Amino acid sequence: MADVAVVDSEVADATVVQRTPRQIAWMRFRRNKVGVISACVALFFIFGAYLAPIITRILGLSNTKTYPETLNGFAMPVGGAGGMSLSHPLGVEPGAGRDLLALLLYGSRISFSVAIITSVASIGLGMLIGITTGYFRGKVDAIVGRFSDFLLSFPSTFMIIALALPLTQRVEALHIAQDNGARIVVLVVFFVFFGWPGFARLVRSQAFSMRERDFVMAAQALGASSWRIITKELLPNLWPTAIVFLSISLPGYLAAEAVFSFLGVGVQAPASTFGLVLSDAVTYWRDDPAYLIIPSAYLIIIVLSLNLLGDAIRDALDPKNSPS
Amino acid sequence: MLKYLVRRLSATLLVITLVSMSVFIIFAYLPMDPARLTCGKACTPPIIEANRHRLGLDVPVQIQYGRFVKGLFVGREYGEGAAKFECPAPAFGYSFNKHECVATLIASAFPVTFSLAIGAFILWLLLGVSLGVLAAKRQGKWQDKASTVFVLVGISLPTFISGILILLLALKFNLINPIEMGRWVSPFTNPLGWAWNFIFPWITLALAFAATYTRFTRSNVIETSSEDYIRTARAKGLSEKVILRKHTLRAALAPIVTIAGLDFAGLLGGAIITENIFNLPGLGRLSIRAVLIDYDLPVILTTTLLAATFVVVMNLIVDILYAYIDPRVRVA
Repeated sequence: MADVAVVDSEVADATVVQRTPRQIAWMRFRRNKVGVISACVALFFIFGAYLAPIITRILGLSNTKTYPETLNGFAMPVGGAGGMSLSHPLGVEPGAGRDLLALLLYGSRISFSVAIITSVASIGLGMLIGITTGYFRGKVDAIVGRFSDFLLSFPSTFMIIALALPLTQRVEALHIAQDNGARIVVLVVFFVFFGWPGFARLVRSQAFSMRERDFVMAAQALGASSWRIITKELLPNLWPTAIVFLSISLPGYLAAEAVFSFLGVGVQAPASTFGLVLSDAVTYWRDDPAYLIIPSAYLIIIVLSLNLLGDAIRDALDPKNSPS
Repeated sequence: MLKYLVRRLSATLLVITLVSMSVFIIFAYLPMDPARLTCGKACTPPIIEANRHRLGLDVPVQIQYGRFVKGLFVGREYGEGAAKFECPAPAFGYSFNKHECVATLIASAFPVTFSLAIGAFILWLLLGVSLGVLAAKRQGKWQDKASTVFVLVGISLPTFISGILILLLALKFNLINPIEMGRWVSPFTNPLGWAWNFIFPWITLALAFAATYTRFTRSNVIETSSEDYIRTARAKGLSEKVILRKHTLRAALAPIVTIAGLDFAGLLGGAIITENIFNLPGLGRLSIRAVLIDYDLPVILTTTLLAATFVVVMNLIVDILYAYIDPRVRVA
């Protein structure tokens, strides 16, 4: 992948700066203001999610403790904007009176974990299957291809809704995880099971065309093993595709987790995912609209920043393919 | 052409059979006992066994599947003697909890889902394609930038949030009556009432889908506009309007037909989130309630099978349509 003119090495050090494709992409990304800002916002929320225990301790809050003194006689938050105050920056939850910031921080931890594990796992699986089928072709390719077509024609949402409950019981019975842990395991396994074919197809078609290119033929002529060609020649060229796909699927799975817990088949109370908080907030919307608006805005900002970040990454890695 | 049709049709039938078999097998090996689920608190072992026999759940799964397929075509009888009841074809099963044939439940839910899907489909196609064409024609101008913002908002706004917000705004301004909400109004007796009933769910779904179509149409129109045959058309002296309508759009919209068909088919199986939020008694709500309230297996099985069938059949229709729309595609 040497794409800079080869210069006599001693002179090169002084005059021509060689840049790897990665450095070029990074330079392009840094120049994209929207991309940099959305990356910062996304990182801010990701750190917020994973440092939730530390942040809440510093602020003196807890996601399980109730604060009855913040509620009035009707179990509604005292004060405007959902009971926002210095001690409760995003207000409190009506009814039980838990701190909303703590709920959202812990809730986003679950959402991010599901989204990250799912994306990484389905991309890993898709990469493995896509490369092998695209490189070796033949019978394996035909069988796997048929199978992934078959999976894609499955109504995945319906299957998840229908099977989440019995499978969660099965996971619990096998002592793999309990309660919400079991629900998360089921959700992740389902997402990955129905998620890999899309990426595998993409990788397969790229591996397919790449194996005919000169640098692969050169490696084959040198007697490199298939394993070496896959890991040293094909894989490095597929990273950009994987990163772009990751940035697209992350916000998708984040929202999907929220949807399933909103519908009642995902993570359940006492956890506090976006879906649960929002489905609770709908019942209070007339008396406490802030309780609905703040979590919605929180989730939308996360998804929006991830989407913008994804666009910026795509532009940086492949400037030809800039979206609208 | 005929050969192609026959081949595709048989492939489609094969996929439907395979999907239905696997769904059937998966549900047969669930850890829950469907016979146990039929009687709730009144269950005693003899009742469970009697119901198991009446529902034909006491035979091996392959025979159950055979009976299921047969029932689809000729109807099905359950039980014997005085306790006999039957479901006419197509018999998808019998919901013990609701004391009704599943086909009856589906027949009342499907018009709702279909109304929801068709209206939203028309709305999002109009919105998405026209915005996309506008953005492509005014590339870099404010219209293009506005459509970029629309696309980002549409993609980043999860349906369940936009749905809730639209519903609550409509309630706030008294645009819908919370008591009347979700009541089915037939388009044949009261077309306006029907449309009013669905307008907010349509907007919710259209918002979610239009964004993708705007982005896709824009890039397709831009790509097609740089083709040689468009330059030829322009050199012939055709007006921009004719070029856009007859040459650019025809090529640019062909791939959109594929996605649109599949999205529409996906919705026909039930728009679970939107139906749930707006309390519409469609297929999506039927299945989520069947799962959450009493785990009504025959209903869940049927809605899942229907959802798969819609997608597979639409896949076939789209492929055939494609050949008509895009003159470059010739079926072999």
